[in-house]
Amino acid sequence: MATTMAGTAEDTATAEYAARVEHVSKSFPAPGAPGGRQLVLDDITLDVAPGEFVTLLGASGCGKSTLLNLVAGLDRPSAGTIGTDGRPALMFQEHALFPWLTAGKNIELALRLRGVGKPERRQEAERLLELVRLKDAHGKRVHELSGGMRQRVALARALAQDSRLLLMDEPFAALDAITRDVLHDELTRIWRETGLSVLFVTHNVREAVRLAQRVVLLSSRPGRIARQWTVDLAQPRRLEDAAVAELSAEITEELRGEIRRHGQH
Amino acid sequence: MASTEKAAGVTERTAAPQAPDDLAGLDALESAQTVRTPLRETLLRKVLPPVTAVALVLAVWQILVWAEVAPPYKLASPSDVWGEVREAWLQGTLLDYIWTSVSRGLLGFLLALAIGTPLGLLVARVSFVRAAIGPILSGLQSLPSVAWVPPAVIWLGLNDSMMYAVILLGAVPSVANGLVAGIDQIPPLFLRAGRTLGATGLRGARYIVMPAALPGYVAGLKQGWAFSWRSLMAAEIIASSPDLGVGLGQLLENGRNNSSMSQVFLAILLILCVGIAIDLLIFSPLERRVLRGRGLLAGR
Repeated sequence: MATTMAGTAEDTATAEYAARVEHVSKSFPAPGAPGGRQLVLDDITLDVAPGEFVTLLGASGCGKSTLLNLVAGLDRPSAGTIGTDGRPALMFQEHALFPWLTAGKNIELALRLRGVGKPERRQEAERLLELVRLKDAHGKRVHELSGGMRQRVALARALAQDSRLLLMDEPFAALDAITRDVLHDELTRIWRETGLSVLFVTHNVREAVRLAQRVVLLSSRPGRIARQWTVDLAQPRRLEDAAVAELSAEITEELRGEIRRHGQH
Repeated sequence: MASTEKAAGVTERTAAPQAPDDLAGLDALESAQTVRTPLRETLLRKVLPPVTAVALVLAVWQILVWAEVAPPYKLASPSDVWGEVREAWLQGTLLDYIWTSVSRGLLGFLLALAIGTPLGLLVARVSFVRAAIGPILSGLQSLPSVAWVPPAVIWLGLNDSMMYAVILLGAVPSVANGLVAGIDQIPPLFLRAGRTLGATGLRGARYIVMPAALPGYVAGLKQGWAFSWRSLMAAEIIASSPDLGVGLGQLLENGRNNSSMSQVFLAILLILCVGIAIDLLIFSPLERRVLRGRGLLAGR
């Protein structure tokens, strides 16, 4: 029942993992369930290597967001240990930008909370905005930005934390298909440029295959690791690539099997 | 990549191999356009309607006077009231009346702010305090503040501190409740996002909780001012003493004692105008600024 922090930003070169999840279970109080508790995650063991892009795939209610919250340190596991290389950054399905600040000031707040001095903050915010290709958005209010732009500012704010690990909780689920497609390209580019480790939660199989080096499929109730696939396709990939479609079909079949299992009892 | 059509005015970037124009094009298409309304339209939409309403009220008033629906000592004419305004202005007492009340009202309001804000924070963040005094605090808002005048006079006598006591008892609950409501309505997502960014404890209060609660707080301030002003008028009308100086409430009461309907009308008019003016000059701009910055004021 311990959460350990492996190393700090200085000794990242020596860190052997970005995140290490060992035999983690999580249950929540549920009056109707046997023993008064509902088991949501059951004995999950998962490593994310430095620089690796892992997608966590599962049907609704399989506990994938719960697992992400545990890795983020927003909640504690009921059993098992979680170690991360420094404090991870977290991006939500909603942009979660603070509406009382401009896009640039949102990023600067993250820098300030990290202890970056005032003179460097502005410059660093500009650099991050340029990285997500929103060079002129510093003074823009959140409500003046489109949904895709907001998620990019949110990404820049997450990057401002200078974490080795970026956790993403269905960050593109609320966007339209065209914008999502373009942002997949952007995320892939930024991941390669920064060398970050990414743990990306989604229920969209093609999205998972398109982005990841490794796809981890969770079963539902309780969440267990059902199967993993290593994706050896060259980047950049496209959603409509034959190889992406083929692997997606295989994973979808597996996912449906998991879902059907629940219909039988 | 099939679509490479570029939006006008978007400069091409050289980096990224993956079709940079998709993104630039999307951004250009999706960005919200903010257009400033021209002055003429502002006048037409915001100034004309209230001016028309006031003109109509004056016209109806004058017609009722001409029709002699009530004797002049009961219904003063607009010109009588205007004469009263002119006279008070020429004697130099008009601004004195206003200033006496406004200075009391604003000072009382600032005191209410200084007490209500920490009180609201305590009630919102400490569950024991909330359970203990939360319901009383909301209940106090429905108690007419005029009810506090008799006990305040007995406790403190006929002086300025009694006025301030009545203002505080009226306005502190509004300010505190506004802040509590503002804090309660913070979306939990902001708090989670704040925590992942490292804003916990006092830093969380400073960078996340207080700014996020600002719209509710400002609404509370606005109501707090209305309550301050009402409480003060109640206190001034009931408690008059030569030492207290003549504020608008006393002016009203003096008008009644002198059976001067035009003076009574003058006092009511001034009380109303001051209330509206403070709201228009201070609280409405403040509220608009807060809401507009957050995109909560679309189309207005």
